[in-house]
Amino acid sequence: MTKNFFSTRWGIICVGAVIGILAAVLQKLGNPGNMGICVACFERDIAGALGFHRAGVVQYMRPEIIGFVLGSLAAAYAFKEFKPRCGSAPVVRFVLGVFAMIGALVFLGCPWRALLRLAGGDLNAVTGLLGLASGIWIGVMFLKNGYNLGRSQATHAGAGWMLPLIMLGFLILMLIYPQVEGEGKSGVLFYSLKGPGVAHAALIVSLGVGLLIGFLAQRSRFCTMGALRDLILFGQTHLLSGFLALVVFALIANLFLGQFNLGFAGQPVAHTVHLWNFLGMALAGLSFALAGGCPGRQLFLAGEGDTDAAVFVMGMIAGAGFAHNFGLASSPKGVGPHGIAAVLVGFAVCLFIGFAMKKKTV
Amino acid sequence: MSKIVDARGLSCPQPVLMTLDAITSGTDNEIEVLVDNEASKENVARAAENKGCRIKEILEEGEDARITILKG
Repeated sequence: MTKNFFSTRWGIICVGAVIGILAAVLQKLGNPGNMGICVACFERDIAGALGFHRAGVVQYMRPEIIGFVLGSLAAAYAFKEFKPRCGSAPVVRFVLGVFAMIGALVFLGCPWRALLRLAGGDLNAVTGLLGLASGIWIGVMFLKNGYNLGRSQATHAGAGWMLPLIMLGFLILMLIYPQVEGEGKSGVLFYSLKGPGVAHAALIVSLGVGLLIGFLAQRSRFCTMGALRDLILFGQTHLLSGFLALVVFALIANLFLGQFNLGFAGQPVAHTVHLWNFLGMALAGLSFALAGGCPGRQLFLAGEGDTDAAVFVMGMIAGAGFAHNFGLASSPKGVGPHGIAAVLVGFAVCLFIGFAMKKKTV
Repeated sequence: MSKIVDARGLSCPQPVLMTLDAITSGTDNEIEVLVDNEASKENVARAAENKGCRIKEILEEGEDARITILKG
């Protein structure tokens, strides 16, 4: 048996470091501030590009997300780990995806972006990360009490190909309808004329970085939620070392690239309402913990044939539609008009799921 | 006599939870864990070793793997 280097401690540290450095570089090459990579924000931008919400400032078919899924698919095939599977409470995962996105958009970022915001000097990320840890801690309590979503079953290879094919379709749409300078729409796709949706690296760069990270993350099982969950649940620090490597290397890269700016106020795509930064991320953390992976990990799992993870991804994209259509998402001005209500509803739903899904597996 | 833990079809962290449960609760000296994906295989082996157990062998059985753990 050949040992998988990326599953070793040094392997996961390398992957965290690569993600941290490439995220800082992507920001330098055009991606939004402290958002070299953000799985939640980028899926939200994809929802905008498709017109699932019409927030004009966040519409772009982010190639990084496409690359994550297709890179993971390539790694899974290369190492004979493509295992199409389905049937572990998909509808519950969809709902968790919706509220994971809503929570993340109240904070303004997924766990990856929380780390990148910290590495860029945005101290609001500290409250976000504390919220994330608290949400995951609640999830761990459920796990200790027998919470689980049940077993999946093997399914047809075609089912495992669905999300990768959807991503391939998105890429083809982007090539058929490329961005036109000064136009808010190209063919069927929406593009931003201002705001974070305008800020992006060149397609080929974004896609290339996405593919590389997708490949490496599939091999290493990199997961930011798992990092904190395994620490709380088992006292294990394996995934945590990748999590810490991401923030340390992104910080070093940001210092090199002149992208470090310490403080609370005036940070890019961020607000300073501490309570809701905390609670938004706590809701997201609880949703990730109940669904078994951070948004990045769900993309990588979907790439290796896990259709239940694919359903979570679709839930997140749908959640982005709710978040912007209903005024739930925050903006640099503060929380959205209905963001607080949505977080409270999200907690109620997650607690229901946590208590209800306790069937012992046989 | 070895205890068998069937973690096939379960995703992270269930296989590890079930394995650690078997290590701490039972009296069996040997535990066999069935998993059906690489990530679970790595996670179960890593968690068992962290608990001071030894991995006796890992047998590939078609799509599944059987991990035999000896309690430390």
